[in-house]
Amino acid sequence: MGLLIKNGRLIDAKNNIDQKCDILIETDKIAEIGDNLSANNTEIFDANGLTVVPGLIDMHVHLREPGFEYKETIYSGTQAAARGGFTSLCCMPNTNPVADNPGVIEFILSQNKKAAFVNLFPIGAVSKGLKGEELSEIADLKSSAVVALSDDGNPIENPELMRRAMEYAAMFDLPIISHCEDRQLSAGGVMHEGYISTRLGLKGIPRTSEIVVVARDIEIARFTNSRLHIAHISCKESVELIRKAKSIGLKVSCECCPHHFTLTQEALINYDTNTKVNPPLRTQEDIAALKDGLKDGTIDCIATDHAPHAEEDKDVEFDSAPFGIIGLETALGLVVSELVDKGIISWKQLVEKMSLNPSNILGLSRGSLEKGAVADITIIDPKQEWTVRKEELVSKSKNSPFIGRRLRGKAVLTVVSGRIVYKA
Amino acid sequence: MNGWNRKDLLGLEDLSREEIELILESATSFKEISTRTVKKVPTLRGKTIVLFFFEPSTRTRSSFELAAKRLSADTLSIATSSSSIVKGETLKDTLKNIEAMQVDIIIIRHSSSGTAKMLSECVAPSVINAGDGCHEHPTQGLLDIFTIKEKKGKVEGLNVSIIGDIAHSRVARSNIWGLKKLGAEVTVCGPRTLIPQDIEKMGVRVTTDLTQALKGADVLNILRIQRERQKAILFPSLREYAICFGVTREKLNRFAKKDILILHPGPMNRGVEITPDVADGEYSVILEQVTNGIAVRMAVLYLVAQAGGVEEQSILEE
Repeated sequence: MGLLIKNGRLIDAKNNIDQKCDILIETDKIAEIGDNLSANNTEIFDANGLTVVPGLIDMHVHLREPGFEYKETIYSGTQAAARGGFTSLCCMPNTNPVADNPGVIEFILSQNKKAAFVNLFPIGAVSKGLKGEELSEIADLKSSAVVALSDDGNPIENPELMRRAMEYAAMFDLPIISHCEDRQLSAGGVMHEGYISTRLGLKGIPRTSEIVVVARDIEIARFTNSRLHIAHISCKESVELIRKAKSIGLKVSCECCPHHFTLTQEALINYDTNTKVNPPLRTQEDIAALKDGLKDGTIDCIATDHAPHAEEDKDVEFDSAPFGIIGLETALGLVVSELVDKGIISWKQLVEKMSLNPSNILGLSRGSLEKGAVADITIIDPKQEWTVRKEELVSKSKNSPFIGRRLRGKAVLTVVSGRIVYKA
Repeated sequence: MNGWNRKDLLGLEDLSREEIELILESATSFKEISTRTVKKVPTLRGKTIVLFFFEPSTRTRSSFELAAKRLSADTLSIATSSSSIVKGETLKDTLKNIEAMQVDIIIIRHSSSGTAKMLSECVAPSVINAGDGCHEHPTQGLLDIFTIKEKKGKVEGLNVSIIGDIAHSRVARSNIWGLKKLGAEVTVCGPRTLIPQDIEKMGVRVTTDLTQALKGADVLNILRIQRERQKAILFPSLREYAICFGVTREKLNRFAKKDILILHPGPMNRGVEITPDVADGEYSVILEQVTNGIAVRMAVLYLVAQAGGVEEQSILEE
């Protein structure tokens, strides 16, 4: 029993392929790619008019388990991923207990085995308990299969810790994923500091709180000759700094989130706590710079920073609401609508940023459609128009600013290791 | 009375010029009531008004309470320390419970910007914002404008300078919206660290030089400076603040027009943002602001209650 995908437009950035052909999957691998393939005793999926891409990878999600299962579980989060067209996720360690030791990592992996929707590659904590004081046992974490290290959500304040973490992690070829934020500069802030924060009387998060740490971490990466991946950049100046770092050959990569290239500070005008994210929604100028960065390759990846929060967490005074929005089920539609359809990036670039590059940065051996590769495949209807509806979201939390928004482009089939995990 | 159909009063940004003028006109009628020996009219008899204050307040709370009582409404005051919030109940749940007691108007003060709006969207009674974070304090803005209009005979074309901690001031924001809508020119002045980003987009002139704010001004609205801002590294000391931004008799004599009007929303730090000889001097209308506050709040209570379903009757009926 296998799966034969017929007549789809196959896009593989790694091998520079963009053509109509068939893919035959046997067990968990791609057995054949070519024209007019046929097979016996095999399920056939007609992908005529559809786009077939390597399974999408979201390298930045919060699945909340263990510790905050009322917001999301590994089951609900990975199910949402499958519905959104993702075949692999990397989950951040800010759980309770913190994923700073193999015990928690093994628990996460075993929960995912039971859920059995998508691949889950955990990210371990840089510091014990995300406290920013001592290094986690990184060799131990590496042996339990973490693919990167991050103190996401608790930015590393101490530059000495960042230096030592980069040096130490380099022994294990683990990138450090940095949430760049100077917590002194952003203290008390709840949105972008600008005209809208002034009007609303909300404390601003100045752009410089991100930029100074991007600059710092790039310099530490240069000094230690180590790998740095910068999470969810939101500012024009961050794009410029990273572009320059790459131009001189530093091992720096970065990601940005769909909400940051779609929405601005204006979205907060009604104090909707589902627009409260960190880093905050910024300005049109920043969106333009992010799009330039996506276009010219400065920005390697698109990641969601999927951050589920229960209604009771968000339905409070704006200052008291937690930061974060969900993104797994809207990311693809936003990327197609805002970037591909508008001619900012090509489909091949979409595949790079949502599959190949995250795979390469984290060493996941995925991100391409070639004979012998793991059969992680996403089939997209590029023309399907749909409306984001709260009641249709399978993520346990519904904290999205995109509810009611009309999008184009939707996953219709998600295949993980040859197994259909979502079918529209 | 026509032209008012808002259930809530959340801020002056939302109001039209006509709506602001309607409140000011109504306040003029209500002002007379407080001068009577029997300071009470039955306008809101049978209505229940809840004062929900999550921040300390003397002036605003007493003013609202007296305004409600002079309109014959029943009032209930709840302060944070005695509310269920300390037991962990969410603000929304607390308000839903108050709503279930079938009250008509909820007056709320809260330290978080946007809270009055949030609550207005989830409860049926009228919500009046008595100050939300650094966002708006509409009745203060209205009473300031009422006082200016009473003293100057107009608002259109006046130069109004607001001095002090603009960044953290809801009074400044409500004043700016209201004054701009009525055609005044507004200047904000304070240390650069207390001028919020892009405030000029609200249509105001910005200066960090007090002299510039004094020259040509018809009205000064002097804001309270909070000592806590010093700890937040926003200015070095109250002493230096007083030197640079304190309004003194000497500075007024040198730079200000002879008929300048001095407002302060209180509470004052005498000797810091304002010297006693200015606070108590001939230009000052600071205590008249307090008197006018009751009239303005009576007008606001009357208008929102009417939009919320009080039968129309003569507001001056005894």
